[in-house]
Amino acid sequence: MKPPRFDYHDPQTVPEVIALLGKLENARLLAGGQSLMPMLNMRLAAPDHIVDLNRVAELAYIREQGDALLIGAMTRQRDVEFDERVRARSPLMHEAVLQVGHRQTRNRGTIGGSLCHLDPSAELVAIAAAMDAIVTVQGPSGARDIPFAQFPAGLMTSALREGELVTSVRFPLWRKGHGYAFIEFSRRHGDFAIVSAAALLEEDGAGKITRASLTLGGIAPAPVRARDAEKTLAGARASAELFREAGEACRKLEAMEDVHVTAAYRRQLAAVLSRRALEKAHERVARN
Amino acid sequence: MSASRAISVSVNGVRRDAEVPVRLTLADFLRQQLELTGTHLGCEHGVCGACTVLLDGRSVRSCLMLAVQANGRAITTVEGLAPADGGLHPLQEAFREHHGLQCGFCTPGMLTTLVEFLRDNPEPTAEQVRVAISGNLCRCTGYQGIVEAALGAAKRLRA
Repeated sequence: MKPPRFDYHDPQTVPEVIALLGKLENARLLAGGQSLMPMLNMRLAAPDHIVDLNRVAELAYIREQGDALLIGAMTRQRDVEFDERVRARSPLMHEAVLQVGHRQTRNRGTIGGSLCHLDPSAELVAIAAAMDAIVTVQGPSGARDIPFAQFPAGLMTSALREGELVTSVRFPLWRKGHGYAFIEFSRRHGDFAIVSAAALLEEDGAGKITRASLTLGGIAPAPVRARDAEKTLAGARASAELFREAGEACRKLEAMEDVHVTAAYRRQLAAVLSRRALEKAHERVARN
Repeated sequence: MSASRAISVSVNGVRRDAEVPVRLTLADFLRQQLELTGTHLGCEHGVCGACTVLLDGRSVRSCLMLAVQANGRAITTVEGLAPADGGLHPLQEAFREHHGLQCGFCTPGMLTTLVEFLRDNPEPTAEQVRVAISGNLCRCTGYQGIVEAALGAAKRLRA
């Protein structure tokens, strides 16, 4: 048998999950299992209890809520991929989710699982940063909202407190007709991104940028919003020179180095991918 | 909380009741308890795609699921693709015709993955087929024969 010994619990409601988390020692939540199951099979994780969220039906949904999309934590990545509302209202998320793993992993993997796992190169984590998502968690003392900027607490560690679980994520939507692009560099399609860039742009009728969001994934433990580049962009007139300048601002970001590539290589990718993402987003701004 | 549980799963259209250790993966359940060894295990951590099966019609990696999680669900393995009265599934025919396999280790995962893909995309391009099988590793064919087989099967299934 591959995984170590554990006790298995399959609650059906959120209050049951919270009650279990309150009484069990060394418990792990099992969402889609596309990261935790490999860790169990390799015995890198050894929980005494697995609390399986897959029977908690109330956690799987996609809803439009005013100017936001509300997505339940146990919504499969596949269901995000095929949802018409996501495609129409957050094409950035649609473009990004197509690059999450493979069909077989998207059929199981969930949005809440991806955000809690917080892989530095995860696409949905970068999207949550790019869109200023709000993560709703529930625990023994009720529900609370965590702005995504405060959600990562360290490498692959979230700001969840003991006994809490993520129940939903709210993605504030950008104005209809906004420009968007998600670009990643990986060795093969579906591999972990070495660096990714997510760009969102709103422009007025005269080509002036009125709102900009630029996020780099894979360069640091958590996604980085390129604030300097965003300041350069906001209020400026879209041009190749402007996007090159914004890309160059991203070259100055702190970048990690690992067995795959050096920090300098990541900074080069950050500069190039952010420029390309901005150019593509600009081309996609709807013009009447 | 006991270390094992009773489950009831439909496998290739047949109801199977079993007592399984809670930490048993779906892949090991299929291979060891049901002796359906057509589902192959390569990496056992979700990289190679050899263990792909269909869970209620959707492709999943059976090494990344517990057998208890399949309780009440319908599983299709490679053994369930061919018609019950003999012969091969059109995709299997196409693999034979186009040399879509050499050692055959990746084939069960390729087939189950492509069954779902061709159902959702009856007229794929070669590029789309390559993306669809990007989660399945083959070390013999260079993928060329597999892509041709998938395109050939798509044509046959449309006819």
